[in-house]
Amino acid sequence: MTAEATNIPAPKRRSLYQLDARTRRRNASETRFRAYGVAAIAFGMIALAVLLWSILGQGLSAFTQTRIAMDVTLDAAVLDKSGKRDPVELAKATTLAYGKILDQALVKQATDKGLMPEGLSAKDAAGILSKEAPAQLRRMVLDNPALIGTTVQIEALANGRIDGLLKGRVTMESAKLDSNVSPAQLVLAQNLKDAGLLAKSFNFDFITAPDASEVRPEAAGLGVAILGSLYMMMIVLVLALPIGVAASIYLEEFAAKNWFTDLIEVNIANLAAVPSIVYGILGLAVFINFAGMPQSSPLVGGLVLTLMTLPTIIIATRASLKAVPPSIKDAALGIGASKTQTVFHHVLPLAMPGIMTGTIIGMAHALGETAPLLLIGMVAFVRDYPAAPPEGFLDPAAALPVQVYNFTRRADPAFLERASGAIIVLLVFLALMNVAAILLRRKFERRW
Amino acid sequence: MNDMRLMERVVDDTRIKISAKDVQVWYGDSHAIKDVNIDILDKTVTAFIGPSGCGKSTFLRTLNRMNDTIPICRVEGEILLDGENIYDRKVDPVQLRARVGMVFQKPNPFPKSIYDNVAYGPRIHGLTRNKAELDEVVESALKKAALWKEVKDRLTAPGTGLSGGQQQRLCIARAVATSPEVLLMDEPCSALDPIATAQVEELIDELRENFSVVIVTHSMQQAARVSQKTAFFHMGNLVEYGDTTQIFTKPSDPRTESYITGRIG
Repeated sequence: MTAEATNIPAPKRRSLYQLDARTRRRNASETRFRAYGVAAIAFGMIALAVLLWSILGQGLSAFTQTRIAMDVTLDAAVLDKSGKRDPVELAKATTLAYGKILDQALVKQATDKGLMPEGLSAKDAAGILSKEAPAQLRRMVLDNPALIGTTVQIEALANGRIDGLLKGRVTMESAKLDSNVSPAQLVLAQNLKDAGLLAKSFNFDFITAPDASEVRPEAAGLGVAILGSLYMMMIVLVLALPIGVAASIYLEEFAAKNWFTDLIEVNIANLAAVPSIVYGILGLAVFINFAGMPQSSPLVGGLVLTLMTLPTIIIATRASLKAVPPSIKDAALGIGASKTQTVFHHVLPLAMPGIMTGTIIGMAHALGETAPLLLIGMVAFVRDYPAAPPEGFLDPAAALPVQVYNFTRRADPAFLERASGAIIVLLVFLALMNVAAILLRRKFERRW
Repeated sequence: MNDMRLMERVVDDTRIKISAKDVQVWYGDSHAIKDVNIDILDKTVTAFIGPSGCGKSTFLRTLNRMNDTIPICRVEGEILLDGENIYDRKVDPVQLRARVGMVFQKPNPFPKSIYDNVAYGPRIHGLTRNKAELDEVVESALKKAALWKEVKDRLTAPGTGLSGGQQQRLCIARAVATSPEVLLMDEPCSALDPIATAQVEELIDELRENFSVVIVTHSMQQAARVSQKTAFFHMGNLVEYGDTTQIFTKPSDPRTESYITGRIG
């Protein structure tokens, strides 16, 4: 051993001012590694920027909607034949009757102001109105029957194609090939716009209104989906947080360390990796088919998402419980605190920020989850708002990510804008939850 | 080593507080404590010395069953506190630890106020009937720990904001507040500077009036300064136990002598 050691030549002494080859290679590899890191981050940032740019570019226009201002005379002879303003009688006037009144009002206005293009029939001219417009007018009148017999100024929804014209989606060329809109209708719309009667305005209905049928993209909104997602998040929070935290505390602080708890541990980690659609099948089989809960209901959706979120919360909670310094536990046990007292007085408060963050990340994950909800029927077309909780938990509802999926499946290109708009709303909610996570973390984090 | 002070170390109470009989401790398969028999006296400072890994801290932790928190740890034999076996199945370690307090190597105050740190023990054991009594207990504990003068104006300030020595005295006050009969200290000064160490050592000497104090230390000087009785551990065996003066001046076992003179350890 010692004989060999003497055979190794002593390192040559060189000037510190000169870099030897080895140091140069080391420095080069460090520079290379930094470059990889910067490239990876740059790639991520560019991907994010492109994503945001494309979604904002396509989706922001969903927050404005084209409307046509017009004076409508609400003819009592048509809308209230009995003349008694009896709500039951009033309800008998259908949207067809209101549609006729609207059509006439539009054509009259266009003709009076000389905005009608040559060769456009009255029926086609009225086609620039949305099919949803009569229903909105009818609701307005039923809410306030005193309007009957008067002339009201309203802003009626324009057809999705006309909306597309103002948003650059529809052009004269595309209209020639389009069976849903003619160039002459676009000319009329252009004339109305020049006369200041047709304009885009902020679209509250996109956030509050329910979904609309395939032929009425201009009226489609996210109201039911937002409510449905909100209800589901309430269920997830109420179930997943206590169950997850209780399970973690038991596993981390009380359970004996043996093969059985090891097995449970491995399985929880595996559950976190189970594809979400599997939870959907489970929900379908257990909650709907076996337990007989109503389809499409936020209750079933919430339960499925709870199952999906539990592993995330358990893993995060256990990690933050583990991170509490053992010296604090020793201190508490050392003065005779019981295990439960130690956990609830000292360990849990210190682990709180981590638990909060884990929970909110889990919930954000659940908020964006689509696949399991498709299987339990939340993909259905729902136009009625669910009632207030708790009854509303059993009413059919939609969910935000499923609404995005629904919008993208529809043929009308106007729904692409709606889908991107819905994604923006979803992202805003996710951002808000992340901000809440940060704020809660700050509040509970007491490093003193 | 100050021999003048060493001569003052005399035992003035010969009542046995803790008596260990044939204690064995295993961590899994490794036999950490072998056949330890020791009688620890009341109102006395007993020092456990020995090289690293000799089992002195392990043995200290068996005295209030802190080893229970280690799943692979197994204890055999009897440890009697006032004649009652603390490893008896009827004994709840929580009740035991209220009577046998512990101070750890690293100061570990709770991330709460100074007041709450000291009041925690009395609160969970229900030692006081009202706020005024609790205030009194906190004040007397802080006084016993020689910390009252420094913190009386900022009892609501966080305990973790104190200096290292103050934190350790706060931990002592916290342990004292539950009025234990025995105070176990696991290298209480190893994280402290010499001045803080001197303060804590002085405190240990005063605590002797009320408690039986057992201290594990790496520093032989410290053992000589604060204790009346010294036990020397080596490789899991209790090699020698006797009056501190005797251990440091006329050790009977050659291993003790080697350790004290710095040849092993």
